Amino acid sequence: MTRVVITGLGIYSVIGKNLDEVKDSLYMGKSGIIFDPVRKAMGFRSALTGMVQRPVLKGVLDRRLRVGLPVQGEYAYIATLEALKIANIDQSFLDQHEVGILYGNDSSAVPVVESVDILRSKKDTMMIGSGYIFQSMNSTVSMNLSVIFRLKGVNFTVSGACASGSHAIGVGYLFIKNGLQDLIICGGAQEINAESTASFDALNAFSTRESEPTKASRPFDRDRDGLVPSGGAATIILESYESAVKRGAKIFGEVVGYGFSSNGEHISLPNVDGPARAMSMALKDARMSASEIDYVNAHATSTPAGDSNEAKSIDSIFRESRPLVSSTKSMTGHEMWMGGASEIVYSTLMMEHSFIAPNINLEYPDETTSFLNIATVTTQKEIGAFLSNSFGFGGTNSALIVRKFIP
Amino acid sequence: MQREDIIQKINQLLIDEIEIDETQIIPTANLKKDLGIDSLDFVDLFVIIENNFGFKMKAEEMVDVKTLADFYDYIVKRIYPN
Repeated sequence: MTRVVITGLGIYSVIGKNLDEVKDSLYMGKSGIIFDPVRKAMGFRSALTGMVQRPVLKGVLDRRLRVGLPVQGEYAYIATLEALKIANIDQSFLDQHEVGILYGNDSSAVPVVESVDILRSKKDTMMIGSGYIFQSMNSTVSMNLSVIFRLKGVNFTVSGACASGSHAIGVGYLFIKNGLQDLIICGGAQEINAESTASFDALNAFSTRESEPTKASRPFDRDRDGLVPSGGAATIILESYESAVKRGAKIFGEVVGYGFSSNGEHISLPNVDGPARAMSMALKDARMSASEIDYVNAHATSTPAGDSNEAKSIDSIFRESRPLVSSTKSMTGHEMWMGGASEIVYSTLMMEHSFIAPNINLEYPDETTSFLNIATVTTQKEIGAFLSNSFGFGGTNSALIVRKFIP
Repeated sequence: MQREDIIQKINQLLIDEIEIDETQIIPTANLKKDLGIDSLDFVDLFVIIENNFGFKMKAEEMVDVKTLADFYDYIVKRIYPN
């Protein structure tokens, strides 16, 4: 089996528009959550959201390459530019090699809404124009980026709800591990807008702590009252070890384990057993014991039931070694389709710079979360290996293990 | 609207909406080969023309429209059929 290494990282996030900004925010425990008055005016129960400025791509990309790109595709383009630059991969390399893309994405609401609004108003499909079809499909990110970067390898989108980004990396890992590809652009993207989150707000799943936006996302805290939606994009360049060595690329880490499972129960309520099976599978795949994991980047979104069940699940696997745990969603909010990829970027940055980002806003754990060893403040620590959890609607679970690279 | 006004308006729409370089806007320019207007751009031109001139272009009428001059003639003729 081929070893799979990370040779590039890129991020466009509510806590920073590039790796340096994000690293600083992680270290300082900075929140990217705001109150969005537009959502309140629209009738949202909670107007809280992560927010990042929309990239300006006019003058950067040709019109034809822009018109089919929705906002999450724009985030993904910026993140991928950064990841390719970090990986020292230019267009000439992409033109001469079979490079693939596997990106996580699970919605594209605004183009769907806008195109149907035009149809209802004009009564003529020809008035919709050429861009909306490419913007509105779930595969919009992989579809657009594969054209922009002229990719010739595997090319599809992974939709696995809030575990999409994590599964995309997991599938990319399997492709390379099995010798099917040498280099794949993996990642996850999440649109930020009211249209994509309105129906989620209807489930009473969002925090309503609107008076204190930066304190609203408080995973594992006893006073948590729901998640805060967020978004952006994260890109990870996965590469075979042989290809990385041939290129002389810097290696940020090695993906050594991917575990997945399905709860087989409720569509929205998480359980304890499913995530535990995914974590066990990842450890088995990595041929590692639980005690070799130094840090767990939890999925914990700040919902009462979700955090409790994940805490029990983590405890069931890591009861003896009790590694440090934190949920970076305390700062970013829930980046949904992006989260599984961004949290690999965040955790890899922590591994690179030997610190664990704090689980901010954790003041008082409750009876189900108190037995975890949660990092409430920035903690200096060498990380030899970390595990990152991502779970989603339908009971889909993904656990990835990344280890510091040892030749 | 005079013919020259229509031409100027078409040119500005091509520059602003389709992002054609101003230096390429010459009457003899072939829409596809010289200006790079592909089948998807024609879909957007349909929307642009209706929003700005108030009529729907018809694909069957566009068969003989090869150059920018042909396009000017087509638009002027649709605005002033007689």
